[in-house]
Amino acid sequence: MKTLRENFPAIILGFAVLAFWEFAVRVFAISPILLPPPSAVWARFMMSLPLLGEDFIETILKAMVPGWTLGCAAGLLAALVCDRLPFFRRGLLPLGNFVSVLPLVGVAPIMVMWFGPGIAPKVAVIVIMTFFPMLVNATAGLQASGHLERDLMRSYGSNWIQTLLQLRLPAAMPFIFNALKINSTLALIGAIVSEFFGTLVVGMGFRIQTGSGSQSLDLVWAEIVVAAITGSVFYGLLTLFERRVTFWHPSYRR
Amino acid sequence: MKTDRNSSAMPVAVISFALLVIWYAAAIPMNAVVAQTKIAEAGGGLLNTLAISWNFGRPVLPAPHQVLAEIWRTVFLIEPWKVKSLLFHCWVTLSSTLLGFVLGVALGIGLAIAIVHSKLLNKALLPWIIVSQTIPILAIAPMIIVVLGSMGLTGLLPKSLISMYLCFFPVTIGMVKGLTSPDIFHLDLMRTYNASKSEILWKLRFPAAVPFLFTSLKVAIAIALTGAIVGELPTGAQGGLGSRMLVGFNFGQTMQVWSALFAGSILAALLVYGVGQTEKRVLQVMGTKP
Repeated sequence: MKTLRENFPAIILGFAVLAFWEFAVRVFAISPILLPPPSAVWARFMMSLPLLGEDFIETILKAMVPGWTLGCAAGLLAALVCDRLPFFRRGLLPLGNFVSVLPLVGVAPIMVMWFGPGIAPKVAVIVIMTFFPMLVNATAGLQASGHLERDLMRSYGSNWIQTLLQLRLPAAMPFIFNALKINSTLALIGAIVSEFFGTLVVGMGFRIQTGSGSQSLDLVWAEIVVAAITGSVFYGLLTLFERRVTFWHPSYRR
Repeated sequence: MKTDRNSSAMPVAVISFALLVIWYAAAIPMNAVVAQTKIAEAGGGLLNTLAISWNFGRPVLPAPHQVLAEIWRTVFLIEPWKVKSLLFHCWVTLSSTLLGFVLGVALGIGLAIAIVHSKLLNKALLPWIIVSQTIPILAIAPMIIVVLGSMGLTGLLPKSLISMYLCFFPVTIGMVKGLTSPDIFHLDLMRTYNASKSEILWKLRFPAAVPFLFTSLKVAIAIALTGAIVGELPTGAQGGLGSRMLVGFNFGQTMQVWSALFAGSILAALLVYGVGQTEKRVLQVMGTKP
Protein backbone atom coordinates (compact mmCIF):
# COMPACT_ATOMS: atom_id res chain seq x y z
CA MET A 1 0.00 0.00 0.00
CA LYS A 2 2.84 2.30 0.86
CA THR A 3 4.43 1.91 -2.57
CA LEU A 4 1.11 2.79 -4.17
CA ARG A 5 0.91 6.04 -2.22
CA GLU A 6 4.58 6.75 -2.99
CA ASN A 7 4.00 6.29 -6.70
CA PHE A 8 0.63 8.00 -6.79
CA PRO A 9 1.85 11.20 -8.53
CA ALA A 10 3.70 9.13 -11.12
CA ILE A 11 0.63 7.01 -11.85
CA ILE A 12 -1.55 10.13 -12.17
CA LEU A 13 0.97 11.69 -14.55
CA GLY A 14 1.02 8.51 -16.65
CA PHE A 15 -2.75 8.48 -17.00
CA ALA A 16 -2.78 12.19 -17.72
CA VAL A 17 -0.32 11.75 -20.58
CA LEU A 18 -2.35 8.87 -22.06
CA ALA A 19 -5.57 10.86 -21.75
CA PHE A 20 -4.00 13.90 -23.36
CA TRP A 21 -2.66 11.76 -26.20
CA GLU A 22 -6.09 10.21 -26.86
CA PHE A 23 -7.77 13.61 -26.57
CA ALA A 24 -5.27 15.35 -28.86
CA VAL A 25 -5.54 12.71 -31.56
CA ARG A 26 -9.34 13.01 -31.56
CA VAL A 27 -9.66 16.77 -31.28
CA PHE A 28 -6.98 17.69 -33.80
CA ALA A 29 -8.03 14.77 -36.02
CA ILE A 30 -4.47 13.51 -36.40
CA SER A 31 -4.35 10.77 -39.00
CA PRO A 32 -3.88 7.30 -37.41
CA ILE A 33 -1.14 6.79 -39.99
CA LEU A 34 0.89 9.39 -38.15
CA LEU A 35 -0.06 8.76 -34.55
CA PRO A 36 -2.60 6.13 -33.53
CA PRO A 37 -4.44 6.91 -30.26
CA PRO A 38 -3.74 4.68 -27.22
CA SER A 39 -7.17 3.05 -27.57
CA ALA A 40 -6.34 1.93 -31.13
CA VAL A 41 -2.96 0.63 -29.99
CA TRP A 42 -4.64 -1.31 -27.19
CA ALA A 43 -7.24 -2.76 -29.57
CA ARG A 44 -4.50 -3.81 -31.95
CA PHE A 45 -2.50 -5.27 -29.06
CA MET A 46 -5.38 -7.49 -27.96
CA MET A 47 -6.22 -8.43 -31.55
CA SER A 48 -2.71 -9.45 -32.59
CA LEU A 49 -1.72 -11.36 -29.47
CA PRO A 50 -0.71 -14.53 -31.40
CA LEU A 51 1.47 -12.52 -33.79
CA LEU A 52 3.05 -10.55 -30.95
CA GLY A 53 3.63 -13.79 -29.08
CA GLU A 54 5.48 -15.26 -32.06
CA ASP A 55 7.69 -12.20 -32.28
CA PHE A 56 8.24 -12.30 -28.53
CA ILE A 57 9.44 -15.90 -28.70
CA GLU A 58 11.69 -15.18 -31.68
CA THR A 59 13.30 -12.00 -30.37
CA ILE A 60 13.17 -12.26 -26.59
CA LEU A 61 13.24 -15.94 -25.71
CA LYS A 62 15.42 -17.20 -28.57
CA ALA A 63 17.84 -14.27 -28.96
CA MET A 64 17.81 -11.81 -26.08
CA VAL A 65 17.81 -14.21 -23.14
CA PRO A 66 20.48 -16.62 -24.44
CA GLY A 67 22.66 -13.75 -25.68
CA TRP A 68 22.35 -11.89 -22.40
CA THR A 69 23.15 -15.04 -20.41
CA LEU A 70 26.16 -15.92 -22.58
CA GLY A 71 27.54 -12.38 -22.70
CA CYS A 72 27.20 -11.84 -18.95
CA ALA A 73 28.68 -15.26 -18.14
CA ALA A 74 31.63 -14.64 -20.48
CA GLY A 75 32.20 -11.20 -18.98
CA LEU A 76 32.13 -12.61 -15.46
CA LEU A 77 34.55 -15.39 -16.40
CA ALA A 78 36.89 -12.88 -18.00
CA ALA A 79 36.71 -10.77 -14.84
CA LEU A 80 37.70 -13.80 -12.77
CA VAL A 81 40.63 -14.47 -15.11
CA CYS A 82 41.63 -10.81 -14.80
CA ASP A 83 41.43 -11.16 -11.05
CA ARG A 84 43.71 -14.19 -11.05
CA LEU A 85 46.18 -12.70 -13.53
CA PRO A 86 46.84 -9.02 -12.73
CA PHE A 87 48.65 -8.65 -16.06
CA PHE A 88 45.37 -9.27 -17.86
CA ARG A 89 43.53 -6.87 -15.60
CA ARG A 90 45.96 -4.05 -16.30
CA GLY A 91 45.77 -4.78 -20.01
CA LEU A 92 42.09 -5.61 -20.50
CA LEU A 93 40.50 -3.03 -18.22
CA PRO A 94 41.63 0.08 -20.13
CA LEU A 95 40.62 -1.66 -23.36
CA GLY A 96 37.26 -2.58 -21.83
CA ASN A 97 36.66 1.00 -20.74
CA PHE A 98 37.54 2.17 -24.24
CA VAL A 99 35.36 -0.40 -25.99
CA SER A 100 32.34 0.37 -23.81
CA VAL A 101 32.02 3.86 -25.34
CA LEU A 102 32.09 2.54 -28.91
CA PRO A 103 28.90 2.22 -30.97
CA LEU A 104 29.00 -1.57 -30.81
CA VAL A 105 25.55 -2.03 -32.36
CA GLY A 106 27.42 -1.35 -35.60
CA VAL A 107 28.69 -4.92 -35.61
CA ALA A 108 25.14 -6.08 -36.38
CA PRO A 109 25.50 -5.99 -40.20
CA ILE A 110 28.85 -7.79 -39.99
CA MET A 111 27.41 -10.55 -37.79
CA VAL A 112 24.45 -11.01 -40.15
CA MET A 113 26.92 -11.33 -43.04
CA TRP A 114 28.90 -13.94 -41.13
CA PHE A 115 26.16 -16.08 -39.65
CA GLY A 116 23.41 -15.54 -42.19
CA PRO A 117 19.83 -14.80 -41.13
CA GLY A 118 18.56 -16.47 -37.98
CA ILE A 119 19.22 -16.54 -34.27
CA ALA A 120 23.02 -16.80 -34.34
CA PRO A 121 23.88 -13.25 -35.51
CA LYS A 122 21.54 -11.73 -32.93
CA VAL A 123 23.07 -13.75 -30.11
CA ALA A 124 26.55 -12.80 -31.32
CA VAL A 125 25.71 -9.09 -31.39
CA ILE A 126 24.25 -9.28 -27.88
CA VAL A 127 27.27 -11.18 -26.54
CA ILE A 128 29.60 -8.53 -27.97
CA MET A 129 27.50 -5.70 -26.54
CA THR A 130 27.09 -7.19 -23.06
CA PHE A 131 30.57 -8.64 -22.51
CA PHE A 132 32.45 -5.45 -21.73
CA PRO A 133 30.02 -3.79 -19.27
CA MET A 134 30.06 -7.02 -17.25
CA LEU A 135 33.85 -7.30 -17.44
CA VAL A 136 34.41 -3.72 -16.27
CA ASN A 137 31.79 -3.82 -13.51
CA ALA A 138 32.66 -7.27 -12.17
CA THR A 139 36.36 -6.41 -12.10
CA ALA A 140 35.58 -3.28 -10.10
CA GLY A 141 33.31 -5.35 -7.84
CA LEU A 142 35.99 -7.94 -7.11
CA GLN A 143 38.18 -5.11 -5.84
CA ALA A 144 35.41 -3.83 -3.60
CA SER A 145 35.91 -5.95 -0.49
CA GLY A 146 37.91 -4.20 2.21
CA HIS A 147 41.48 -4.94 3.21
CA LEU A 148 40.44 -5.84 6.75
CA GLU A 149 38.06 -8.52 5.56
CA ARG A 150 40.60 -9.94 3.15
CA ASP A 151 43.24 -10.03 5.85
CA LEU A 152 40.77 -11.82 8.10
CA MET A 153 40.19 -14.46 5.42
CA ARG A 154 43.95 -14.85 5.09
CA SER A 155 44.35 -15.30 8.81
CA TYR A 156 41.74 -18.07 8.61
CA GLY A 157 44.08 -19.73 6.14
CA SER A 158 41.47 -19.72 3.34
CA ASN A 159 42.64 -20.12 -0.23
CA TRP A 160 41.69 -18.08 -3.33
CA ILE A 161 38.54 -20.06 -4.08
CA GLN A 162 37.23 -19.83 -0.52
CA THR A 163 37.95 -16.12 -0.30
CA LEU A 164 36.29 -15.65 -3.67
CA LEU A 165 33.12 -17.55 -2.85
CA GLN A 166 32.65 -16.37 0.71
CA LEU A 167 33.88 -12.81 0.62
CA ARG A 168 34.75 -11.26 -2.69
CA LEU A 169 31.96 -12.54 -4.95
CA PRO A 170 29.22 -11.55 -2.47
CA ALA A 171 30.90 -8.16 -2.08
CA ALA A 172 30.95 -7.81 -5.87
CA MET A 173 27.23 -8.56 -6.22
CA PRO A 174 25.98 -4.94 -6.29
CA PHE A 175 28.39 -4.25 -9.17
CA ILE A 176 27.44 -7.44 -10.98
CA PHE A 177 23.74 -6.66 -10.69
CA ASN A 178 24.40 -3.17 -12.00
CA ALA A 179 25.97 -4.74 -15.10
CA LEU A 180 23.11 -7.24 -15.42
CA LYS A 181 20.63 -4.35 -15.47
CA ILE A 182 22.60 -2.27 -17.98
CA ASN A 183 22.99 -5.38 -20.11
CA SER A 184 19.30 -6.27 -20.11
CA THR A 185 18.50 -3.02 -21.94
CA LEU A 186 21.52 -3.42 -24.22
CA ALA A 187 20.47 -6.99 -25.06
CA LEU A 188 16.97 -5.87 -26.00
CA ILE A 189 18.40 -3.15 -28.24
CA GLY A 190 20.91 -5.55 -29.78
CA ALA A 191 18.24 -8.14 -30.57
CA ILE A 192 15.86 -5.66 -32.18
CA VAL A 193 18.47 -3.69 -34.15
CA SER A 194 20.04 -6.90 -35.50
CA GLU A 195 16.68 -7.73 -37.01
CA PHE A 196 16.77 -4.52 -39.05
CA PHE A 197 19.40 -6.34 -41.09
CA GLY A 198 18.66 -9.68 -42.58
CA THR A 199 15.75 -11.34 -44.24
CA LEU A 200 13.71 -12.87 -41.44
CA VAL A 201 9.93 -12.59 -41.59
CA VAL A 202 9.35 -12.83 -37.86
CA GLY A 203 10.63 -10.91 -34.85
CA MET A 204 10.01 -7.60 -33.15
CA GLY A 205 12.67 -5.70 -35.08
CA PHE A 206 11.38 -7.01 -38.41
CA ARG A 207 7.82 -6.03 -37.47
CA ILE A 208 8.85 -2.57 -36.33
CA GLN A 209 10.78 -1.91 -39.51
CA THR A 210 8.20 -3.23 -41.96
CA GLY A 211 5.36 -1.74 -39.93
CA SER A 212 6.80 1.75 -40.09
CA GLY A 213 7.40 1.30 -43.81
CA SER A 214 3.88 0.05 -44.58
CA GLN A 215 2.17 2.57 -42.31
CA SER A 216 0.61 0.07 -39.90
CA LEU A 217 1.84 2.10 -36.98
CA ASP A 218 -0.65 0.65 -34.50
CA LEU A 219 1.12 -2.70 -34.82
CA VAL A 220 4.49 -0.98 -34.35
CA TRP A 221 3.20 0.69 -31.21
CA ALA A 222 1.89 -2.66 -29.97
CA GLU A 223 5.41 -4.10 -30.43
CA ILE A 224 6.80 -1.13 -28.54
CA VAL A 225 4.39 -1.87 -25.71
CA VAL A 226 5.69 -5.45 -25.68
CA ALA A 227 9.29 -4.21 -25.66
CA ALA A 228 8.59 -1.72 -22.89
CA ILE A 229 6.83 -4.32 -20.74
CA THR A 230 9.63 -6.82 -21.35
CA GLY A 231 12.30 -4.29 -20.46
CA SER A 232 10.51 -3.19 -17.30
CA VAL A 233 9.72 -6.74 -16.16
CA PHE A 234 13.33 -7.81 -16.73
CA TYR A 235 14.54 -4.82 -14.76
CA GLY A 236 12.01 -5.41 -11.99
CA LEU A 237 12.89 -9.10 -11.64
CA LEU A 238 16.59 -8.24 -11.46
CA THR A 239 15.90 -5.65 -8.76
CA LEU A 240 13.88 -8.16 -6.73
CA PHE A 241 16.60 -10.77 -7.09
CA GLU A 242 19.25 -8.20 -6.19
CA ARG A 243 17.45 -7.39 -2.94
CA ARG A 244 17.46 -11.05 -2.01
CA VAL A 245 21.14 -11.50 -2.79
CA THR A 246 22.50 -8.23 -1.45
CA PHE A 247 20.24 -7.88 1.59
CA TRP A 248 23.30 -6.71 3.55
CA HIS A 249 23.87 -3.65 1.36
CA PRO A 250 23.32 -0.27 3.09
CA SER A 251 20.79 0.84 0.46
CA TYR A 252 18.39 -1.98 1.45
CA ARG A 253 18.88 -1.82 5.21
CA ARG A 254 15.92 -0.62 7.23
CA MET B 1 57.72 6.76 -8.92
CA LYS B 2 56.67 3.17 -9.06
CA THR B 3 54.82 3.55 -12.34
CA ASP B 4 56.76 0.58 -13.68
CA ARG B 5 54.83 -1.97 -11.67
CA ASN B 6 51.40 -0.41 -11.83
CA SER B 7 51.47 1.18 -15.25
CA SER B 8 49.08 -0.41 -17.68
CA ALA B 9 50.82 0.78 -20.85
CA MET B 10 52.81 -2.44 -21.22
CA PRO B 11 49.93 -4.90 -20.66
CA VAL B 12 47.64 -2.86 -22.92
CA ALA B 13 50.27 -2.90 -25.67
CA VAL B 14 50.83 -6.65 -25.29
CA ILE B 15 47.12 -7.50 -25.31
CA SER B 16 46.39 -5.16 -28.23
CA PHE B 17 49.22 -6.77 -30.16
CA ALA B 18 47.88 -10.24 -29.31
CA LEU B 19 44.43 -9.23 -30.55
CA LEU B 20 45.98 -7.96 -33.78
CA VAL B 21 47.79 -11.27 -34.27
CA ILE B 22 44.58 -13.21 -33.57
CA TRP B 23 42.75 -11.01 -36.08
CA TYR B 24 45.32 -11.69 -38.81
CA ALA B 25 45.32 -15.40 -37.98
CA ALA B 26 41.51 -15.56 -38.02
CA ALA B 27 41.39 -13.88 -41.43
CA ILE B 28 43.01 -16.94 -43.04
CA PRO B 29 40.38 -19.60 -42.19
CA MET B 30 37.49 -17.13 -42.39
CA ASN B 31 38.39 -16.01 -45.88
CA ALA B 32 39.26 -19.54 -46.98
CA VAL B 33 35.77 -20.17 -48.36
CA VAL B 34 35.89 -17.25 -50.77
CA ALA B 35 39.63 -17.18 -51.40
CA GLN B 36 40.19 -20.92 -51.91
CA THR B 37 39.97 -21.00 -55.69
CA LYS B 38 42.20 -17.98 -56.08
CA ILE B 39 44.82 -19.50 -53.81
CA ALA B 40 44.71 -22.74 -55.77
CA GLU B 41 45.07 -20.83 -59.06
CA ALA B 42 48.12 -19.02 -57.70
CA GLY B 43 49.68 -22.40 -56.96
CA GLY B 44 48.97 -22.70 -53.24
CA GLY B 45 51.71 -22.48 -50.68
CA LEU B 46 51.87 -20.52 -47.46
CA LEU B 47 53.01 -17.26 -49.04
CA ASN B 48 50.21 -17.21 -51.59
CA THR B 49 47.66 -18.14 -48.93
CA LEU B 50 48.72 -15.24 -46.73
CA ALA B 51 49.00 -12.74 -49.57
CA ILE B 52 45.57 -13.56 -50.97
CA SER B 53 43.54 -14.02 -47.79
CA TRP B 54 44.90 -10.78 -46.34
CA ASN B 55 44.23 -8.75 -49.48
CA PHE B 56 41.02 -10.24 -50.79
CA GLY B 57 38.69 -7.76 -52.49
CA ARG B 58 35.44 -8.74 -50.77
CA PRO B 59 36.64 -10.58 -47.68
CA VAL B 60 34.54 -12.21 -44.98
CA LEU B 61 36.95 -10.76 -42.43
CA PRO B 62 39.18 -8.03 -43.84
CA ALA B 63 42.68 -7.72 -42.42
CA PRO B 64 43.28 -4.60 -40.29
CA HIS B 65 45.55 -3.00 -42.86
CA GLN B 66 42.81 -3.36 -45.48
CA VAL B 67 40.36 -1.48 -43.27
CA LEU B 68 42.93 1.25 -42.63
CA ALA B 69 43.67 1.48 -46.34
CA GLU B 70 39.95 1.80 -47.09
CA ILE B 71 39.60 4.54 -44.48
CA TRP B 72 42.67 6.33 -45.87
CA ARG B 73 41.28 6.10 -49.40
CA THR B 74 37.79 7.33 -48.52
CA VAL B 75 38.99 10.07 -46.20
CA PHE B 76 41.98 11.60 -47.94
CA LEU B 77 41.72 10.65 -51.60
CA ILE B 78 38.10 11.73 -52.16
CA GLU B 79 36.88 15.30 -51.80
CA PRO B 80 34.97 15.59 -48.52
CA TRP B 81 31.76 16.90 -50.11
CA LYS B 82 31.31 13.82 -52.33
CA VAL B 83 28.91 11.10 -51.20
CA LYS B 84 31.67 8.50 -51.53
CA SER B 85 33.84 10.25 -48.96
CA LEU B 86 33.84 8.86 -45.45
CA LEU B 87 34.38 12.36 -44.07
CA PHE B 88 31.06 13.44 -45.56
CA HIS B 89 29.24 10.63 -43.71
CA CYS B 90 31.18 11.32 -40.52
CA TRP B 91 30.09 14.93 -40.70
CA VAL B 92 26.42 14.01 -41.20
CA THR B 93 26.52 11.72 -38.18
CA LEU B 94 28.58 14.13 -36.09
CA SER B 95 26.26 17.07 -36.71
CA SER B 96 23.15 15.20 -35.62
CA THR B 97 25.05 13.72 -32.66
CA LEU B 98 26.11 17.17 -31.47
CA LEU B 99 22.68 18.72 -31.97
CA GLY B 100 21.03 15.83 -30.10
CA PHE B 101 23.68 16.06 -27.40
CA VAL B 102 23.10 19.78 -26.84
CA LEU B 103 19.31 19.34 -26.80
CA GLY B 104 19.52 16.31 -24.50
CA VAL B 105 21.88 17.99 -22.06
CA ALA B 106 19.67 21.09 -21.93
CA LEU B 107 16.59 18.93 -21.31
CA GLY B 108 18.43 16.82 -18.74
CA ILE B 109 19.70 19.82 -16.77
CA GLY B 110 16.28 21.51 -16.94
CA LEU B 111 14.51 18.39 -15.66
CA ALA B 112 17.06 17.95 -12.89
CA ILE B 113 16.61 21.55 -11.71
CA ALA B 114 12.82 21.10 -11.75
CA ILE B 115 13.04 17.80 -9.89
CA VAL B 116 15.35 19.20 -7.21
CA HIS B 117 13.02 22.14 -6.54
CA SER B 118 9.67 20.36 -6.52
CA LYS B 119 8.79 17.37 -4.38
CA LEU B 120 5.74 16.69 -6.50
CA LEU B 121 7.75 16.64 -9.73
CA ASN B 122 10.32 14.43 -8.05
CA LYS B 123 7.63 11.90 -7.23
CA ALA B 124 5.76 12.21 -10.54
CA LEU B 125 8.66 12.43 -13.00
CA LEU B 126 11.55 10.40 -11.64
CA PRO B 127 9.84 6.97 -11.86
CA TRP B 128 8.86 7.67 -15.47
CA ILE B 129 12.34 8.87 -16.33
CA ILE B 130 13.67 5.55 -15.09
CA VAL B 131 10.96 3.55 -16.88
CA SER B 132 11.64 5.52 -20.07
CA GLN B 133 15.09 3.98 -20.18
CA THR B 134 13.86 0.39 -20.06
CA ILE B 135 12.13 1.09 -23.38
CA PRO B 136 14.58 0.27 -26.14
CA ILE B 137 14.25 3.65 -27.85
CA LEU B 138 16.80 2.64 -30.47
CA ALA B 139 14.28 0.08 -31.59
CA ILE B 140 11.63 2.71 -32.25
CA ALA B 141 14.09 4.80 -34.25
CA PRO B 142 12.71 3.73 -37.65
CA MET B 143 9.20 4.68 -36.61
CA ILE B 144 10.19 8.06 -35.23
CA ILE B 145 12.05 8.83 -38.43
CA VAL B 146 9.09 7.76 -40.57
CA VAL B 147 6.53 9.65 -38.50
CA LEU B 148 8.56 12.84 -38.38
CA GLY B 149 9.36 12.41 -42.05
CA SER B 150 5.69 12.29 -43.01
CA MET B 151 5.15 15.45 -40.98
CA GLY B 152 7.72 17.12 -43.19
CA LEU B 153 10.63 16.86 -40.79
CA THR B 154 13.55 15.19 -42.49
CA GLY B 155 17.31 15.18 -42.24
CA LEU B 156 19.05 16.31 -39.12
CA LEU B 157 16.27 16.83 -36.58
CA PRO B 158 14.60 13.39 -36.33
CA LYS B 159 17.97 11.71 -35.73
CA SER B 160 18.89 14.38 -33.21
CA LEU B 161 15.66 13.73 -31.34
CA ILE B 162 16.68 10.09 -30.91
CA SER B 163 20.10 11.15 -29.63
CA MET B 164 18.41 13.66 -27.36
CA TYR B 165 16.13 11.03 -25.85
CA LEU B 166 19.10 8.77 -25.15
CA CYS B 167 21.22 11.62 -23.78
CA PHE B 168 18.94 13.25 -21.28
CA PHE B 169 18.69 10.30 -18.91
CA PRO B 170 22.26 10.08 -17.60
CA VAL B 171 22.38 13.88 -17.41
CA THR B 172 19.17 14.10 -15.35
CA ILE B 173 20.22 11.34 -12.98
CA GLY B 174 23.74 12.74 -12.58
CA MET B 175 22.52 16.30 -12.12
CA VAL B 176 19.87 15.36 -9.54
CA LYS B 177 22.65 13.66 -7.62
CA GLY B 178 24.97 16.62 -8.12
CA LEU B 179 22.47 19.35 -7.28
CA THR B 180 21.57 17.60 -4.04
CA SER B 181 25.22 16.95 -3.16
CA PRO B 182 26.04 20.18 -1.20
CA ASP B 183 25.87 19.32 2.44
CA ILE B 184 23.38 20.73 4.86
CA PHE B 185 25.87 23.15 6.47
CA HIS B 186 26.47 24.92 3.21
CA LEU B 187 22.75 25.10 2.49
CA ASP B 188 22.15 26.50 5.96
CA LEU B 189 24.93 29.01 5.46
CA MET B 190 23.29 30.20 2.25
CA ARG B 191 20.03 30.54 4.12
CA THR B 192 21.64 32.66 6.84
CA TYR B 193 22.91 34.90 4.04
CA ASN B 194 19.24 35.20 3.04
CA ALA B 195 20.08 33.84 -0.40
CA SER B 196 17.18 33.30 -2.79
CA LYS B 197 16.47 29.92 -4.37
CA SER B 198 18.09 30.94 -7.64
CA GLU B 199 21.15 32.26 -5.81
CA ILE B 200 21.47 28.96 -3.96
CA LEU B 201 21.11 27.18 -7.29
CA TRP B 202 23.72 29.18 -9.20
CA LYS B 203 26.23 29.85 -6.42
CA LEU B 204 26.12 26.60 -4.49
CA ARG B 205 24.21 23.75 -6.11
CA PHE B 206 25.37 24.20 -9.68
CA PRO B 207 29.10 24.47 -8.96
CA ALA B 208 28.81 21.42 -6.71
CA ALA B 209 27.11 19.51 -9.51
CA VAL B 210 29.74 20.20 -12.20
CA PRO B 211 31.89 17.09 -11.54
CA PHE B 212 28.75 14.93 -11.65
CA LEU B 213 27.68 16.67 -14.83
CA PHE B 214 30.89 15.80 -16.66
CA THR B 215 30.72 12.15 -15.64
CA SER B 216 27.24 12.04 -17.15
CA LEU B 217 28.31 13.98 -20.23
CA LYS B 218 30.89 11.34 -21.12
CA VAL B 219 28.21 8.64 -21.06
CA ALA B 220 25.76 10.91 -22.85
CA ILE B 221 27.99 11.82 -25.80
CA ALA B 222 28.80 8.16 -26.43
CA ILE B 223 25.17 7.08 -26.55
CA ALA B 224 24.22 10.17 -28.55
CA LEU B 225 26.57 8.91 -31.25
CA THR B 226 25.11 5.40 -31.09
CA GLY B 227 21.63 6.92 -31.34
CA ALA B 228 22.56 8.96 -34.39
CA ILE B 229 24.07 5.93 -36.13
CA VAL B 230 21.06 3.69 -35.47
CA GLY B 231 18.77 6.56 -36.45
CA GLU B 232 20.43 6.56 -39.85
CA LEU B 233 19.86 2.86 -40.46
CA PRO B 234 16.32 3.09 -41.80
CA THR B 235 16.73 6.37 -43.66
CA GLY B 236 18.73 4.71 -46.39
CA ALA B 237 20.51 6.97 -48.78
CA GLN B 238 20.45 10.23 -46.81
CA GLY B 239 24.03 9.84 -45.65
CA GLY B 240 25.75 9.21 -42.35
CA LEU B 241 27.73 6.30 -40.96
CA GLY B 242 24.60 4.25 -40.25
CA SER B 243 23.32 4.54 -43.80
CA ARG B 244 26.79 3.74 -45.07
CA MET B 245 26.69 0.52 -43.04
CA LEU B 246 23.24 -0.34 -44.39
CA VAL B 247 24.19 0.39 -48.01
CA GLY B 248 27.41 -1.57 -47.61
CA PHE B 249 25.45 -4.44 -46.12
CA ASN B 250 22.83 -4.44 -48.87
CA PHE B 251 25.45 -4.45 -51.64
CA GLY B 252 27.83 -6.86 -49.94
CA GLN B 253 30.55 -4.21 -49.62
CA THR B 254 32.28 -5.63 -46.55
CA MET B 255 35.00 -3.00 -46.50
CA GLN B 256 32.45 -0.20 -46.45
CA VAL B 257 30.73 -1.65 -43.37
CA TRP B 258 34.03 -2.17 -41.57
CA SER B 259 35.37 1.27 -42.38
CA ALA B 260 32.11 2.86 -41.20
CA LEU B 261 32.31 0.87 -37.96
CA PHE B 262 35.92 1.99 -37.46
CA ALA B 263 35.07 5.59 -38.28
CA GLY B 264 32.26 5.48 -35.73
CA SER B 265 34.63 4.11 -33.12
CA ILE B 266 37.24 6.77 -33.82
CA LEU B 267 34.56 9.45 -33.62
CA ALA B 268 33.33 8.05 -30.28
CA ALA B 269 36.85 8.02 -28.86
CA LEU B 270 37.49 11.61 -30.00
CA LEU B 271 34.18 12.87 -28.59
CA VAL B 272 34.70 11.25 -25.19
CA TYR B 273 38.30 12.51 -25.14
CA GLY B 274 37.06 16.00 -25.98
CA VAL B 275 34.56 15.97 -23.11
CA GLY B 276 37.30 14.68 -20.79
CA GLN B 277 39.65 17.50 -21.79
CA THR B 278 36.89 20.09 -21.32
CA GLU B 279 36.24 18.61 -17.89
CA LYS B 280 39.91 19.01 -16.94
CA ARG B 281 39.97 22.62 -18.15
CA VAL B 282 36.70 23.57 -16.44
CA LEU B 283 37.64 21.97 -13.12
CA GLN B 284 40.99 23.77 -13.28
CA VAL B 285 39.30 27.13 -13.86
CA MET B 286 36.86 26.43 -11.03
CA GLY B 287 39.77 25.58 -8.78
CA THR B 288 38.46 22.21 -7.66
CA LYS B 289 41.54 20.48 -9.03
CA PRO B 290 45.09 21.81 -8.75
